[in-house]
Amino acid sequence: MSAISYREALRLALDEALEKDERVFLMGEDVGKYGGTYAVSKGLLEKYGPERVRDTPLSELGFTGAGIGAALGGMRPIVEVMTVNFSLLALDQIVNTAALLRHMSGGQFSVPLVVRMATGAGRQLAAQHSHSLEGWYAHIPGIKIVAPATVEDARGMLAAALADPDPVLLFEYPALFETKGEVSGEKVDFASSKVRRQGSKVTIVTYGGCLPKAIKAAEEVDGEVIDLRVLRPLDLAPVIASVRKTRRAVVVDEGWRSGGLAAEVMARLMEQAFYELDAPVARVCSEEVPVPYAKHLEEAALPQPEKIVAAVKGLFA
Amino acid sequence: MKVPPPPSGKVGLPAELSLQLLADMLRIRRMEEKCAELYGAGKIRGFLHLYIGEEAVAAGAMRALAPGDNVVATYREHGHALLRGVSMDRIMAEMYGKQEGCSRGRGGSMHLFDAATRFYGGNAIVGGGLPLAAGLALAAKLKQEPRVTACFFGEGAVAEGAFHESMNLAQLWQVPVAYLCENNLYAMGTALERSESQTDLCAKAASYGMATLKVDGMDVAAVHETALRAREYAAKKGPIFVEFQTYRFRAHSMFDPELYREKSEVEAWKERGPIHTFTARLKAQKQLTEERFLELDRAAQAEVEKAVAFAEAGTWEPAQNLTQDVMTPA
Repeated sequence: MSAISYREALRLALDEALEKDERVFLMGEDVGKYGGTYAVSKGLLEKYGPERVRDTPLSELGFTGAGIGAALGGMRPIVEVMTVNFSLLALDQIVNTAALLRHMSGGQFSVPLVVRMATGAGRQLAAQHSHSLEGWYAHIPGIKIVAPATVEDARGMLAAALADPDPVLLFEYPALFETKGEVSGEKVDFASSKVRRQGSKVTIVTYGGCLPKAIKAAEEVDGEVIDLRVLRPLDLAPVIASVRKTRRAVVVDEGWRSGGLAAEVMARLMEQAFYELDAPVARVCSEEVPVPYAKHLEEAALPQPEKIVAAVKGLFA
Repeated sequence: MKVPPPPSGKVGLPAELSLQLLADMLRIRRMEEKCAELYGAGKIRGFLHLYIGEEAVAAGAMRALAPGDNVVATYREHGHALLRGVSMDRIMAEMYGKQEGCSRGRGGSMHLFDAATRFYGGNAIVGGGLPLAAGLALAAKLKQEPRVTACFFGEGAVAEGAFHESMNLAQLWQVPVAYLCENNLYAMGTALERSESQTDLCAKAASYGMATLKVDGMDVAAVHETALRAREYAAKKGPIFVEFQTYRFRAHSMFDPELYREKSEVEAWKERGPIHTFTARLKAQKQLTEERFLELDRAAQAEVEKAVAFAEAGTWEPAQNLTQDVMTPA
C-alpha cells in the first residue's frame, strides 16, 4: 500500500467503521455537508446519508450526552466535538455521565462511546483554540484516552476504540495531518506504548503532536523515543525498560507543566525506576501562559526540538 | 403564590386501576417515611431527597409506560425506580450501601439503576439526564424499535443549558421522547419566579416547536390520563413536553432548614395531598372503603418492613472489589 496522510488515515478509519457496522454513526458540528472542519469526514455524507453522518447544532453538551444515550441504547456513536477547546462545553456529560455510569450503576451499564477531537497548538490559532488538555482527561477513571501520533495509529485506533465497551476519547493532531506513512490494515495494539526510535543515551517519552519534535531532538542526542499512544491507562513498561538501558529520561508534553501528564509519568518513574536513573527526570512542557497568537511567541510557548536537546544536555551537566 | 383548590370530582378511571394507582402512591409514601426514619437512625447516609407529596406524578406516569420503554430520572427517584419495577428490597439495600442493592452499593439514594427494567438512573447533575434521554430515543428511532424514552426532571433543570440543547435536538431529530417536568416550584430553595424570566415552562418547550401538555400533578388520575396521551404522542408523532404541577412536602434534602418558604404555604399544599384527596374521591364514588384503604396501606407497610429486613440482612461488598466495574472487564 502506498503512503497516505494522517488525515486520509482518519477518513479511511471512519469510512471502514461506517461500512462495517450498521450501529456506527458519526455526529458533530459540520461533519456532514461541510465535510468536517479539517476535511476528515469529507465525502462520507454522500456515501452514508444524513442519519449516519449527522450534522448537529452547536450543542456540545447536548449531542455528547445524546451520544451517551445512543450508546446505552445499543448504537456505536462516534461523537466529534471538533476540538478539545469545545469539549469543555461537554465536560459534564463526559466526566459526570460517560465516565461514571458503569461504576455508579454497579456494573450494569457500559457506555461504548467514542468521542473524537482535534487538539494541540502550533497553527497561530491563539489561546482559545490551542489547548492541549489530554492530561486533564487522563486524570479521570472510567474513560480511556488515546493519542494516535502515527499514520498507522490514525488508521487503526478508531476501530479499536469502537470495539471497546467503555468510553474512549480519541485525540487527533492537526499538527500531524499532513504527515505521510504506510498503513498495514492490521489491527493496532490498543494498550501499550511503543519505541519509535532506538537510541542509547537518553529516553525521550512523548505522545501526539510532539512525536516528530522528539524524534528530531533524539537524532541529535542519540535518544530513544517512546510514544505513549494510550494516555489512560498508561503503559510505562517500555519506558522503564528503555530507562534501564539509557539511565536518563526526558518527558515531552505539550500540556502545561503544573499537574500535567508529564508530571504523572515522572512520578511513576520515581516510583518504579528510581534506582535505574543516573540523573533526575527532566520535562519539556508548554510554558505556563495561554498560547499566544504571534508566531514567535507561540513557538516560544511550546516544546521545541531545541528545548528538548537542551533538557537532555542538562542531564549530563 | 396562590394555591389552587384540591383535586376534586369524579375519577373517570376503571376502579381497579384507581386502586392500583392509590397502592402505588402508598408504597412510595410508606417507603420514604421509613427512609427518613432510617436516616435519623444513621442507617442511610449521604444525601436523601424525599419525593413525599409528589407521588401522583411517578404513579400516574409510570403506569402509562410500556415494559420496553426507557426511563431516565433524577436524584429524587426512589418512587420512580420502585414503580418502574425495581424491588423495594433492592432499593432499600442500595440506600444501606449493601451489595444486594440495585447499584451494588456504588450509587446510594441518588443513583438507583436497573438494566432489567431499562431504568437509566438516578442522575444527580441537574439536567444531566435530558441529553441522555434524547440519545436513548435517537437509538430507538435508528433501530426502529417501538420504545419511548420517558425522562423525569424538576423545573430547576429548565435553567440549565442541557434543557435547551435537549429540547432543540429532540425536536430537530423528531425522536420518541417524553420530557416529564415535575414542577414543584422550588429548585432547592429558589422559587421559580426568582430564577426564571419566563415562568411558563410549556412556553419554553413550545419555543422549540415541541408539543406540550400541562396538568395538575397532585391529581393522579389526571396525571395518568395525560401521561397516556404523552406516551402515545411520543411513540407516534415525536417529542413532547409535559409539565406536572406538584409540590414537595418535605425539605429538599435532610440538610435543609426550609428558610425559603412559609409553613402556611406547605400546609396549604398538603390540603392538595395526592393520596388523601384521591382516597376521598374514590370513597365518595363508592370505589373504596376505609377497610380496603387500610388493607392497601398495611400491604405497603409490610413491604417496607420486609425491605428493611432485606437491607439489614444484606452484606458489605469486600473492599478489595473496590475497583471493579470502573471499566468493563475484558
